[in-house]
Amino acid sequence: MAADGNARVDLELIADLVAPGSRVLDVGCGDGALMALLQARRGVDARGMELSQQGVNECVARGLSVVQGDADRDLIHYPDAAFDYVILSQTIQATQSPRLVLSELLRIGRHAIVSFPNFGYWSVRLSLLAKGRMPVTRNLAYSWYDTPNIHFCTIQDFVDLTRELGASVESAVALNAQGGKMGMNLPWALWNLFGQQAVFVLRK
Amino acid sequence: MSIIAAPLKDETALGLKEAREPSSRVMRFGADEPLHLDAGATLSPFEIAYETYGELNADKSNAIYVCHALTGDQHVASRHPVTGKPGWWSSIIGPGKPVDTNRFFVVCANVIGSCMGSTGPASIDPASGRPYALDLPVLTIPDMVRAQAMLIDRLGIDQLFAVIGGSMGGMQALQWAVAYPERVFSVLPVATGARHSSQNIAFHEVGRQAVMADPEWRGGRYIEAGTRPHKGLAVARMAAHVTYLSEAALHRKFGRNLQDRDRFGFGFEADFQIESYLRHQGTTFVDRFDANAYLYLTRAMDYFDIAAEHGGRLAEAFRGTQSRFCLVSFSSDWLFPTAESRAVVHALNAVAASVSFVEIATDKGHDAFLLDEPEFFAAMDGFIRSAAKARGLK
Repeated sequence: MAADGNARVDLELIADLVAPGSRVLDVGCGDGALMALLQARRGVDARGMELSQQGVNECVARGLSVVQGDADRDLIHYPDAAFDYVILSQTIQATQSPRLVLSELLRIGRHAIVSFPNFGYWSVRLSLLAKGRMPVTRNLAYSWYDTPNIHFCTIQDFVDLTRELGASVESAVALNAQGGKMGMNLPWALWNLFGQQAVFVLRK
Repeated sequence: MSIIAAPLKDETALGLKEAREPSSRVMRFGADEPLHLDAGATLSPFEIAYETYGELNADKSNAIYVCHALTGDQHVASRHPVTGKPGWWSSIIGPGKPVDTNRFFVVCANVIGSCMGSTGPASIDPASGRPYALDLPVLTIPDMVRAQAMLIDRLGIDQLFAVIGGSMGGMQALQWAVAYPERVFSVLPVATGARHSSQNIAFHEVGRQAVMADPEWRGGRYIEAGTRPHKGLAVARMAAHVTYLSEAALHRKFGRNLQDRDRFGFGFEADFQIESYLRHQGTTFVDRFDANAYLYLTRAMDYFDIAAEHGGRLAEAFRGTQSRFCLVSFSSDWLFPTAESRAVVHALNAVAASVSFVEIATDKGHDAFLLDEPEFFAAMDGFIRSAAKARGLK
């Protein structure tokens, strides 16, 4: 598939974390790029949920199984442990109730994979400190007044939330500005400073 | 009310010729193959009029069954014998179209209870030698689907590659999935729901009362009397037609524009374009449809409620299904609003079925499923292609 070559780095990373042949629900699947990647590379049975009609239409038109729905409202309709992995890729910051959504992911999936932009990244911190304005970067590409992202968090915040929900971190990867992986042996504080985005694999 | 009081036309224009001697193919089921009805009765003998398009492949794995809506028929992609118009889904079904007849064998039959050649109230009751009229047992959507399965058996097809339908046809598609889960590889219900809502039952009752209030209805025995309850049926159609549209579509098409005049006529002729349009819909409908069939088919839709048949739990109806589903709704449809499709999707999610769901943004109302909606066509095309790939069809 052509999309394979230039897939977003975090999608590549997630695809590597998913066991071949498993059942996957991609919440906030957009145009289905990750599902297509997972199907092509890992032979998974992928389902998607997407809020935007455009995204849903693109998915259905390319033959992917996708349901138009809202992570905040519709996850409740999925049964317990229905999927091997439930993925929330670059979406948690756009949900109304991240805590609720995360606990639903842990209920529906045997594993939950969550990737998000790190608001604790040093240049974000620096930008806010120096300019006194909400930062607009490549990863956070919206102005404060029209952003779909309403619940930004830092890596440290996210780790705290997983503890609150009693979830264990099976593995985690942070990506630096060059897209390079930062190992799990580094302390969270360094991730929090130098990770531009993070991917966590959790289980209840 | 001049338009509704159109003069009686000859038999050929009443669709009754097609009811008795359809120009399409007919499958006959004799006394040894009765159709068992939900009402407790049996229908025997009975006939199903149908059309096919494309070729059945060697292992009979490429058959698509298309279910028609309330007043539709088997002429899904061929010229209508009464109106002369192209088939009602000829934009979707044909060579190179989303339902590609170069690849698939398409079957569409007139539902039992209707009036285009399948056994219905205008057919002759072998017991009495006269038209069934209201002696025909009341039919249900599951009855219709049971008859369709008998037709598919006769055609030698074990499993349908897909069942597709909109509105009442979508109800049948869902019923296929529930009643014959192993016989449907994929299911595409469009602009429909798992039950008929009380509002929809209400509109149907208005239509039926209009038919039965017409003095020419004659307790349903109008065919023998040589009359037709045209006025009542036309009013029924007018009321129903409003429910197929949306306020936005009505406003865009007609607004408050006047018909062939500059000022109000201060009377009850059709001053407004919308009035004239509805009267036209009413009169053309009575030329092709039988009033008693309208009573039977609306009743079948009213009774439809999949959850009720499964202890009130819709998900139970789909437990264990291996079929692939794609549901489509239209944002301005108030007859089968998106929430109705979503309820089915949630039930399918609850049993971890393979389901896609898309709401097409349009202001055309319920009728959108019959109109040119490129995003709808693209979704249908994508779903069918991926299902064909999964089925191993070339």
